[in-house]
Amino acid sequence: MTLLINLAGLLLMVGIVWWFWLSKSTTQSQPVSDQGTTIVVADGVYNPATLRARAGETLTLHFDRQDPSPCAEQVVFHGLDVSEFLETGTITTVTLNNPPAGEYRFTCQMQMYQGRLIVS
Amino acid sequence: MQTQRFDIQGASCQGCVRKIRQALDPVAGVDDVQVDLDAQQVTVTGTPDSADVQAALAKAGYAAEDKQQTAPSSPASTDQEQQLAITGATCAACVRTIENALRNTPGVTQAQMNFADRTARVSGSADSQALIDAVEKAGYGASPLDDSDDGNAREEQEQQHYRRLLRHMWLGLGLGVPLMAWGLLGGDMMVRPGEASQWVWLGIGLLTLAVLATAGRHFFVGAWKAFRNHNANMDTLIALGTGAAWLYSMAVVLIPAALPEAARHVYFEASAMIIGLINLGQALEVRARGKTSAAVKRLLDLGAKTARVVRDGKEQDIPVDQVQTDDILRVRPGEKIAVDGIVEEGESRLDESMLTGEPMPVSKSAGDTVSAGTLNEGGTLLYRATAVGKDTALSRIVALVKKAQGSKPPIGRLADDVSAVFVPTIMLIAVVAALAWFNLGPEPRITHMLISATTVLIIACPCALGLATPMSIMVGVGKAAEHGILIREGDALQTSSKLDTIVLDKTGTITEGKPALTEILCAEGQQEDTLLQLAASLESGSEHPLARAIVEAAEQRELTPDRADNFQALNGKGVSATLDGKQYRLGNRRWLESEGITVSLNSDSLTERGATPLFLAEDNSLLGILGVADRIKEDSREAIARLKDQGLTVVMITGDIQASADAIAKQVGVDQVMAEVLPEDKAKKVQSLQEEGRIVAMVGDGINDAPALAQADVGFAIGTGTDVAIESAAITLMGGSLHGVADAMAISSATVRNIKQNLFGAFIYNSLGVPVAAGVLYPLTGSLLSPVIAGAAMSLSSVTVVSNANRLRLFKTQRDKR
Repeated sequence: MTLLINLAGLLLMVGIVWWFWLSKSTTQSQPVSDQGTTIVVADGVYNPATLRARAGETLTLHFDRQDPSPCAEQVVFHGLDVSEFLETGTITTVTLNNPPAGEYRFTCQMQMYQGRLIVS
Repeated sequence: MQTQRFDIQGASCQGCVRKIRQALDPVAGVDDVQVDLDAQQVTVTGTPDSADVQAALAKAGYAAEDKQQTAPSSPASTDQEQQLAITGATCAACVRTIENALRNTPGVTQAQMNFADRTARVSGSADSQALIDAVEKAGYGASPLDDSDDGNAREEQEQQHYRRLLRHMWLGLGLGVPLMAWGLLGGDMMVRPGEASQWVWLGIGLLTLAVLATAGRHFFVGAWKAFRNHNANMDTLIALGTGAAWLYSMAVVLIPAALPEAARHVYFEASAMIIGLINLGQALEVRARGKTSAAVKRLLDLGAKTARVVRDGKEQDIPVDQVQTDDILRVRPGEKIAVDGIVEEGESRLDESMLTGEPMPVSKSAGDTVSAGTLNEGGTLLYRATAVGKDTALSRIVALVKKAQGSKPPIGRLADDVSAVFVPTIMLIAVVAALAWFNLGPEPRITHMLISATTVLIIACPCALGLATPMSIMVGVGKAAEHGILIREGDALQTSSKLDTIVLDKTGTITEGKPALTEILCAEGQQEDTLLQLAASLESGSEHPLARAIVEAAEQRELTPDRADNFQALNGKGVSATLDGKQYRLGNRRWLESEGITVSLNSDSLTERGATPLFLAEDNSLLGILGVADRIKEDSREAIARLKDQGLTVVMITGDIQASADAIAKQVGVDQVMAEVLPEDKAKKVQSLQEEGRIVAMVGDGINDAPALAQADVGFAIGTGTDVAIESAAITLMGGSLHGVADAMAISSATVRNIKQNLFGAFIYNSLGVPVAAGVLYPLTGSLLSPVIAGAAMSLSSVTVVSNANRLRLFKTQRDKR
């Protein structure tokens, strides 16, 4: 029994590390279309949470904030110096002008909402 | 090879995509077909005839139109404009469907939908009910839109959210408090197999499940969705903590025999209490957060909703976003200026304090610029729109403030790095704590495992950490904006609080930047007004700044210049002209002396005060000397004293000759003077100060000083709202006073101090709270921290951070204090 519980605990830890860190990069991403991509902000997640785009393009992202809690009120693009307040019940458009190639995180202020933008 | 795009209608799924491909593949010349469902657009690669493609699309049932054909018709045909609020539109494809539905309504000449704010603007003679019907028929909802509803709707939504959180709090506490009270008053919280109490606990367990499923639903949904995205957030911690407590308790109720007797304790009260307390915390946070963005909301509210436009001789009120550049607008007393413009007619005084922080109203007459959002106090003005919509100074300020509020100084980046890995790390700690109790702890080990893991999960507060910096920045930057101080980036806040040297450009910063007549010295028997009138008559044809200063001074004294003949401007010397047959000269001493005129008056008193002396002679005799100087701003001296009090070395930089620079420096009391510096060398001077190891701020008007502003550790552009200034400086002062610099630095220090307090609090809270929750104090206290107390602490921690940031709203500038 003791061995079983310890083993379960260790497996759980390995699972946490693998799921939240190691396997993150393999998550499915959605390409940003020319007309812009709508990102729904609800229930603690951005949907889609991983976006893919080509370098040298202007990206248009439509944020549809459905979560009224203050956590969701701002989206911050780390490393791009872009942030925007999102209103509930309406769509807020964020335009990124030619972001250089790289991987950028976009999060709410508290970083509870987390998304990734991969520009290649 | 070429690509053509075609708009389509009604394609909604992959089945449609297949159908469209099948329809287009046989068309001659088509190599590849791409369908974008979001945009309702087909991209065809190859060399097909566009008519063939359209025919094929039409045959397939996706009525295609060439892109050009769907371009909106000219706004000139407008006879009535209406706005509709649209509901149910979720993607760009909906926009096209709705626009088409509106355009196909009889009487509509133009219809455009704004996807961003889900409104549609329709021109034409169709009545609003027909438009609403058309949108509804297309499967969406529509209602007539009244602009003024916007803010109220937002507030109503916030209120609803707040009330919902309170309801959830009562649900959680309604079950949790009686249960906890029972436990504290000695009631039995243990499950005894075979007794009736087991059934009672089963009932309570199901009630708790109901609370978790209603009041706690959003935590579980959020946690699950985040998990699927390989993310973990605050919801994850709460869902895991309360879920684990419930599952364990339920296991105790259902299979008590599987657990040691001492471990048959239920924790339903903890689950319910935690859900109630965290909802309470979030409700309090909603209240406190509302205030943090008050500054931006106030700025947004400054904008006028309607404008009175004069078109074809008729005046009409139109929504402000329909005003176009070059429209002529009328503003009446008590109304706000709707867009940026230039006064064409009329005189009035405008209260610009909302933009510049300057409390005194400013006089405006023909030729003066006016800014959107400022308040017309006195008369009526007619002005021509020069910048509308996003281009007005007010809109740019709002955009700038919003952007700055989202930026982070270096001090906050550590918290960012920690936040990014916080939740999974806490989960690991919870497992480690549970295993440690299981392997090393006393009996009942299973219970200790559960309590320590749950408490660790619940007490950890990523929010406080994540909020520490942004909340303070939001309030600090907003507060600064209210006083006409625009902070462009978070870095500037932190650097401003560390400055030790400040370089002030003389012209336009310490001084008004505009020469003015300061003094007239008369030769014996002469009158000041006579001399000024003569000088103005000589200078009225000249464009030189010194000449303009004299003409303006004459106008102020209501002196009318006479018409002079034979006007001659001699570069570097002065001007000469004849008047009533006499020759007059106005210029520098050397020129007059070379013309054989004896200069009997002493001009030293003028030069000592930094003024340029202009000598006036009639034929061969001197009439007097006019002193023209760039006047020192009224409060420069006091503001410089304030800067020195803040421990800064104040340096003045100017292109003036050493003597007049020294004269000004003496009057305002700067520590060091850099005179005879060419504009292009200012940046080098700043650099040389930096090389001495100083942290240097540069204050200038932002136009000539752009390189120096950029070179400095922090650049302050003063007294201007021009693009160049805003772009080149880290901090822009809308008002002209140097007090703004001192205020900006005080606000920066206060904000950075606030961030430090918040970060310190959040780090200390988590780094003490988590080990205590894990049970490090057990050897001393003999008990573990209750998960309920952890829930209360966690829900208060983020409220504390937000409330501390809100204290910055109480910051007072020098002017407020007076």
